[in-house]
Amino acid sequence: MNHEPSAIDLSVDLNGIEMRNPVTVASGTFGYGQEYADIVDLEKLGAIVVKGVSLEPWDGNQTPRMVEVPGGLLNAIGLQNPGVDGFAETYMPFLRKHDVPVIVNVWGKSVDEYAEASARLSDVEGVDGLEVNISCPNIKEGGIAFGTDEKMAAEVISAVRKSTKLPMIPKLSPNVTDISIFAHIAEEEGADAISLINTLPGMAIDIETRKPVLANVVGGLSGPAIHPVAVKMVWQAAQAVKIPIIGMGGITDAATAIEFIIAGATAVAVGTANFTDPATCLNVVVGIEEYLLRHGMKSVAELVGTLEV
Amino acid sequence: MNIENASILKQEKVTGDYNVLVLDVPGVSAHAQPGQFVHILVPRLENHVLRRPFSLYGVEDRTISILYKRVGKGTAALNLLQPGEEMSVMGPLGNGFPMECDCHPVLVAGGYGVAPLCFLAEKLGKKGDLFVGGRSEADILCIEDFEKLGWNVHIATEDGSVGQKGLVTEILDAWLNERADEDKPVFYACGPDGMLKALGNLAESKGATAWLSLDKHMGCGAGACLACVHKLRKKDGSEEWGRVCKDGPVFECREIVWET
Repeated sequence: MNHEPSAIDLSVDLNGIEMRNPVTVASGTFGYGQEYADIVDLEKLGAIVVKGVSLEPWDGNQTPRMVEVPGGLLNAIGLQNPGVDGFAETYMPFLRKHDVPVIVNVWGKSVDEYAEASARLSDVEGVDGLEVNISCPNIKEGGIAFGTDEKMAAEVISAVRKSTKLPMIPKLSPNVTDISIFAHIAEEEGADAISLINTLPGMAIDIETRKPVLANVVGGLSGPAIHPVAVKMVWQAAQAVKIPIIGMGGITDAATAIEFIIAGATAVAVGTANFTDPATCLNVVVGIEEYLLRHGMKSVAELVGTLEV
Repeated sequence: MNIENASILKQEKVTGDYNVLVLDVPGVSAHAQPGQFVHILVPRLENHVLRRPFSLYGVEDRTISILYKRVGKGTAALNLLQPGEEMSVMGPLGNGFPMECDCHPVLVAGGYGVAPLCFLAEKLGKKGDLFVGGRSEADILCIEDFEKLGWNVHIATEDGSVGQKGLVTEILDAWLNERADEDKPVFYACGPDGMLKALGNLAESKGATAWLSLDKHMGCGAGACLACVHKLRKKDGSEEWGRVCKDGPVFECREIVWET
């Protein structure tokens, strides 16, 4: 994995979050960073996006919470987390020791909770940005309800904007008719960047018991199966907004990451593939650099949005 | 925790649907303890994104061995692998069995749950009793391993094809009732939830300690995804989710909250 520094500039700037390379992790697939620190050099990542945090501790769903399906997995973890204070006390001391931007995924059950959690996280030393989760399909209140309704999306993004000076990145739901409308709303309401896509709702049934496999009945589909859907949505969103995009959905290697960049993403996030191979992010970084070299480019910025239709 | 490309040294059929795989993986074997597990990326398993967890059956200098039952696509693909092939192994993972044992060790296994107990019996430095149960004779494994180590072996099968007919916890209960109390038992167990729950109740009724290794469907194996959680009882009586992969897989029976 070690390689000499080259003349290629891999750094990107998400309106205030300076990443040494365009590769980060998708929230919920990399814990709070320290879970993987034994085997992944965290300082080789462009940024770390931690698991979703809410104002108060949250228990999440019953088990089973995950099932493998062809080309990916369904999850219904339900955003289990220790709350803002628990997160700050338990995980931030470790993260502060590492030279890597920390982006906290934040969610709430009401607009006020989003705003309050965002305000509190903004006061936590070492937090460099907030990813606003308006797209989780696995909880009854909040989450996706905010991400699929134009008025509610505008309201929650606006409220978070007023509560924080940190770079703010709404994470968009793919479960909408036109993603560019929601990308546009995010930009209008003051988002510094957007990330997409979150998981697609799905379900699996045990035909012997005729019961759903997941305790939550439905879950969110992620993994290679959703990659083409995600690339298309990033491409659409990129045409609608000027703010940077973090593209994600089914990245397994440099090629699947580069598709997002060509479609218009400034940065990319590896999700489910962290479970398959925790070294995926590092391999993607190396692969992007090799690609740029092979195509005679001097920076990753040169590649962003270069799709020829 | 390490991640390493292991090369397959041996693939052996044990009995029925059970195989043993021996892997050369020095970065993992060096730190492995009984009760810990490895997370394996099964080669040639197209369209699959998750690794498969296996408890450690044996560990030598550079090698680990796992005992597996061919039950699904993952283990079917594993069964096709030949010596010389490589695969990615993450481990050792989780917290194993506590190794200080002042009491009389009693191991309780259901089916291939016997695998980590073999490794434990070898490392415990003390002999005791093994109770092993399964549906029928083909599910009773590794008996010779324990006999070689000088352990007393007690077998139960549901169909009575070998050993006593019945559940392993039933023959254990009978044995405990006939036994003099001077040497207190401590239980170590791995097997299906029903067996672990029954053993936990038995241990609590005898005022004995029981270390139970839980088996849950896992995602990351590293404590990150929160898929394999199980309800645990904290000291203050409140309940919380524990990660079987990271906080376990071994828990004392009084910590575990079973669904009613």
